[in-house]
Amino acid sequence: MGADVMFERMRRLSADIRIWTLRTIGDAGFGHIGGSASIADVLAVLYGEVMQIDPEHPDWEDRDWFVLSKGHAAPALYATLALKGYFPMEWLKTLNKPGTNLPSHADGNLVPGVDMTTGSLGQGISAAVGIAAGNRVQGRNSWVYCILGDGEINEGEVWEACQTANHFQLDHLILFVDWNKKQLDGRLEQVNQPLDIEQKFRSFGLDAQTVVGYDTTSIYYAIKKAQSVKGKPHVIILDTFKGLGVDFAEEVEFNHYLSFDRSKAEAAITEIERRYAEGTYPRGELRW
Amino acid sequence: MVKIRNDISAENIEMRQVYCSSLIEAAKKDPKIVTVDCDLSSSCGTKDFSIMFPERSFNVGIAEQNGCAMAGGLAASGLKPFFHSFAVFSSRRVYDQIFISCAYARQNVKIVGCDPGITAENNGGTHMAFEDVGILRAVPEVTIVEPTDTVMLKNLLPKIVDTNGLFYIRLMRKKAVGIYDNGSDFVIGKAAQLRSGNDVTIIAAGIEVAEALKAADQLKAEAISARVIDMFTIKPLDKECVLACARETGAIVTAENGNIIGGLGSAVAEVLSENLPTPLERVGVRDCFGQVGSIGFLKEKYGLTAEVIAEKARIAISRKTRQ
Repeated sequence: MGADVMFERMRRLSADIRIWTLRTIGDAGFGHIGGSASIADVLAVLYGEVMQIDPEHPDWEDRDWFVLSKGHAAPALYATLALKGYFPMEWLKTLNKPGTNLPSHADGNLVPGVDMTTGSLGQGISAAVGIAAGNRVQGRNSWVYCILGDGEINEGEVWEACQTANHFQLDHLILFVDWNKKQLDGRLEQVNQPLDIEQKFRSFGLDAQTVVGYDTTSIYYAIKKAQSVKGKPHVIILDTFKGLGVDFAEEVEFNHYLSFDRSKAEAAITEIERRYAEGTYPRGELRW
Repeated sequence: MVKIRNDISAENIEMRQVYCSSLIEAAKKDPKIVTVDCDLSSSCGTKDFSIMFPERSFNVGIAEQNGCAMAGGLAASGLKPFFHSFAVFSSRRVYDQIFISCAYARQNVKIVGCDPGITAENNGGTHMAFEDVGILRAVPEVTIVEPTDTVMLKNLLPKIVDTNGLFYIRLMRKKAVGIYDNGSDFVIGKAAQLRSGNDVTIIAAGIEVAEALKAADQLKAEAISARVIDMFTIKPLDKECVLACARETGAIVTAENGNIIGGLGSAVAEVLSENLPTPLERVGVRDCFGQVGSIGFLKEKYGLTAEVIAEKARIAISRKTRQ
């Protein structure tokens, strides 16, 4: 398979993840669309090409592992897992409905393919550190991927976890920060000055890069580059925008959690397909 | 079946030494056992484990929240992590990490809280966990165990290793009063009866078990027959035992090294009031903060002595008569 075909497939998967995330939240009527939309591209790279997984056997011990530390973006993860065949697409219609298997925050006990329950910010990264350490103890060569929110890194525990990952030289741990510039109450610098995020991680001993976080090709190469650096954990800061690729969410300042219905979702999906067909980035910028 | 020592007196070995040697023994057989420490491995006694199994020991430094959620991740990867710190940090400081990354995530994590209650002695009020049992009892599905002496600890540890699920092990680290003889066997969730008796039952845990036995001796001199129960599993509580004691003795006294709000006394009160209302008196810290002092001083200060237990037994019996 040529690289072009692979990159095209990732781009298509990222569009599909956005589409099904929109339908999932649209059917529920409300949800965390802003931070779900902005991780669709990295999920497409991970689940589309990078991760060694077997949806038929979600608990395969030698798989690569994934922890959604920003657990509130679970609808995007659920859409990804359903598209990969971990569970029936019909489940996506049940988000947050009574008795569902798909609660608003990522649930490892209810959802095949969710490797760790998350939702209390700051803890997922520690769990990912534990999984990476545990894989080493058990002689596995698996990679552990973990997505953090840029608001989530307010949590002190995130930096505790980075120190531990560095101290134990967990070089099979790759973190992502969804740097979408906003947290629930507003822009990062309004709520809690983020300083230089990449430099902060570097100071904590991580191999750090920043990439255009909605360019699947750039994300793919950033992961490959990270995997070549031995002896330290890695972070890839994804320069994104909250609500990315969902036209109505892109226009709303406070877009952490929005109410919308299926018809609004379908209108936004038309725009996603238009941008995809045009070969533009999710934001609508020209790719070439 | 338990065997009681003839001479009930201080042991000559510390609980933490027996804890660590038992964990090492278990870990030789079970490669899934790993430890997480938070810069207190010297205090909690786990240093030898890290020397024996350097690749299976993770000291994360003074970063309890991370260490606890990391334990959840270690368990998710298939291991059996034992997380250690002082009881205040192993419960209060990491409560949300216990709740979400261990309990709610259904991870097989064993949390060890050292120096519970007044056994924190000269570390004082900042380090004196009176509330750990109360707050952890409110976490669904957790098992709370308070080993009484080294014989029990040695017997229980392999069982804890082999029982899937979240545990909180409330562990005094220095020398306990030896109650049990070698060969005693314990079942998690089943209380141990130390004395038979018909007039009142004293249900105790931890360091209060020895006080309960002394109280029973004092009461015996007054021709009061006191049953003594070691309720080393505080959750799930041995409800059948509590109800049998209530039926057969008609009066209950609880004794615990912690706040009576939320702890063993509360747990017993819940069972009695819902099933068989029975006169109950609770011995424990009466909703106040800790302070520095020796165990002897603190026992007197907080009313955790045999004399207080005996007095509460008389009161409970008198209430029974009035009813």
